[in-house]
Amino acid sequence: MREISDSTVEIVTEKARVIRRDIIEMLGKAGSGHTGGSLSAADIMACLYFWELNLDPLKPDWDGRDRFVLSKGHAAPVLYASLAERGFFPREQLGTLRKLGSPLQGHPDRKKLAGVEASTGSLGQGISWAVGMGLAGKIDAAPYRVYALLGDGELEEGMVWEAVMAAAHYRLDNLVIIVDNNGLQIDGPIKKVMSPEPIADKFRAFGCETIAIDGHDPRAIMDALSCARQVSGKPTAIIAATVKGKGCSFMEDRPEWHGVTPNTDEVQRALAELG
Amino acid sequence: MRNAYIKAIYDLAKEDKNILALVADNGAIVFDQFRCDYPEQFINFGISEANMVSAAAGLANCGKIPFAYTIAGFITMRAFEQVRNDVCLQKQNVKLVGVGAGMRYSAQGPTHHATEDIAIMRVLPSMNIIVPASPREAYAATRWAAQINGPVYIRLEATNEPEIYEEDYEFQLGKGVILKDGGDITLVAAGSIIHDVLTAANKLMEKGIHARVINMPSIKPIDKDIIIEAAQETGKIITIEEHNVIGGLGSTVAEVLLENRCSVIAFKPMGLQDCFGKGYGSHAYIKTKNGLSPEQIIENCLKMIGTLY
Ligand SMILES: Cc1ncc(C[n+]2csc(CCOP(=O)(O)OP(=O)(O)O)c2C)c(N)n1
Ligand SMILES: [Mg+2]
Repeated sequence: MREISDSTVEIVTEKARVIRRDIIEMLGKAGSGHTGGSLSAADIMACLYFWELNLDPLKPDWDGRDRFVLSKGHAAPVLYASLAERGFFPREQLGTLRKLGSPLQGHPDRKKLAGVEASTGSLGQGISWAVGMGLAGKIDAAPYRVYALLGDGELEEGMVWEAVMAAAHYRLDNLVIIVDNNGLQIDGPIKKVMSPEPIADKFRAFGCETIAIDGHDPRAIMDALSCARQVSGKPTAIIAATVKGKGCSFMEDRPEWHGVTPNTDEVQRALAELG
Repeated sequence: MRNAYIKAIYDLAKEDKNILALVADNGAIVFDQFRCDYPEQFINFGISEANMVSAAAGLANCGKIPFAYTIAGFITMRAFEQVRNDVCLQKQNVKLVGVGAGMRYSAQGPTHHATEDIAIMRVLPSMNIIVPASPREAYAATRWAAQINGPVYIRLEATNEPEIYEEDYEFQLGKGVILKDGGDITLVAAGSIIHDVLTAANKLMEKGIHARVINMPSIKPIDKDIIIEAAQETGKIITIEEHNVIGGLGSTVAEVLLENRCSVIAFKPMGLQDCFGKGYGSHAYIKTKNGLSPEQIIENCLKMIGTLY
């Protein structure tokens, strides 16, 4: 297992803070977009982009890179912030989110932006795309790893389970499925709208190594990602318990912040809280 | 159009207990009133469009009249085989309602466009296709859909489309509507793009060109007579749609012309020329970027008239 030093935790924590600030600022400027589900994933994304993923921003198409697929494509802002912080494009470009002609579209478009592995937005499809990438890695005996981030509401799509079944069937130990388990979807709590619970049991029953963690604890996230590297013969599912809107008290755990952006006032309040 | 639909389904639910509003995690806020007043007639399937459509067929089979409503691309494409086998093949009384069609969700990027939905719904036997152009038309079409027994696809855009009809407008299946008469050229459109067409037609009038403007809310079945007449009387036809020209309104009109041996001098389908929507930004911007602005309509009219006269 890899050593996770206090300074590593500190670096990742700081990156998550910056990513959250970026999310708030870019959504404030854009005036439309998905706030809650971007914030809930910030710690996971910081751990991926600043610790786990083997990437080269100067060679975004490098064959040996690890692949990250944002299956919950509406959380594009958290991906854009992570890519910018990691050096895939200048940070200033974040201000163009959802603007005329910008490569930063409402949902990620791989034809427009280097570092985006899949054009997602239609929920359920990204994980199958990731399974394909994992299968290719196996066929080619390539050492790269594949990561897919899903929403918990997204688990209601039938094709997600077809993908999980295939991942286990083909023993894709190069695939890590991460569920941003923030408990909410558009219409309210997932348990009320269409419960996918018990989530961890389902992934286990489908043949995954399953790890349940606090999705806002960087050390726990990094530990889980390390554990996944030890797993052999099956995919790993990390069920990350998160809070939608995490980091901005007035957004936390509130379904109405799913697809709403902060106004000028709210941007200031949010930034003040994030520090 | 979206609000007109919600109003219509609310009114229908009040009148008939069998009317059901089905959503796939897209019912928050807009359906609050409905959910509050008719909780038993509201079903949220969560994010599972395929399941929603087949379940709608099962509901219909037991005498219910389900209106399954979500984003246009998801209901027609994610659930396509379910629509084919369970709704159309078995002729179930299911209404599919797609919102944000065309490139109306311009700021969401291309996965959220629906520019092939008419084509794929059109090839399904027994499917009726309605493309409202305004809120009143959306309201009238929804009410009409509840009256007939059989599959209907209603293609909605979003909100705040300008109105083109009087309050007493009644939707008629298989009927086009002449919004502006003229004998020089005919412009046929479906959906809110009709406003761009009307703008173009009014500007053409300043140049002394009288364009006939036909709104075609019923794509399947289509109004053959109105097309044949237009061909005979104006000789030149341009169709305008926010959809691939393959399989949509343009193709439908072309089929009518050929089948009825109409000899036109010129015909041009405007729309996406076998491509996905290009560009990214506001709805108006993206229409222009894809060759569908009033100016581009005018240009095509002038070309057609100029080169041929
Ligand atoms: C196939 C499909 N159906 C519906 C939608 C509309 N939609 C966008 S986000 C969302 C809710 C997602 O909830 P969840 O997966 O829990 O995401 P999170 O809470 O992390 O934002 C829905 C229904 C979509 N993008 N794709
Ligand atoms: Mg969620």
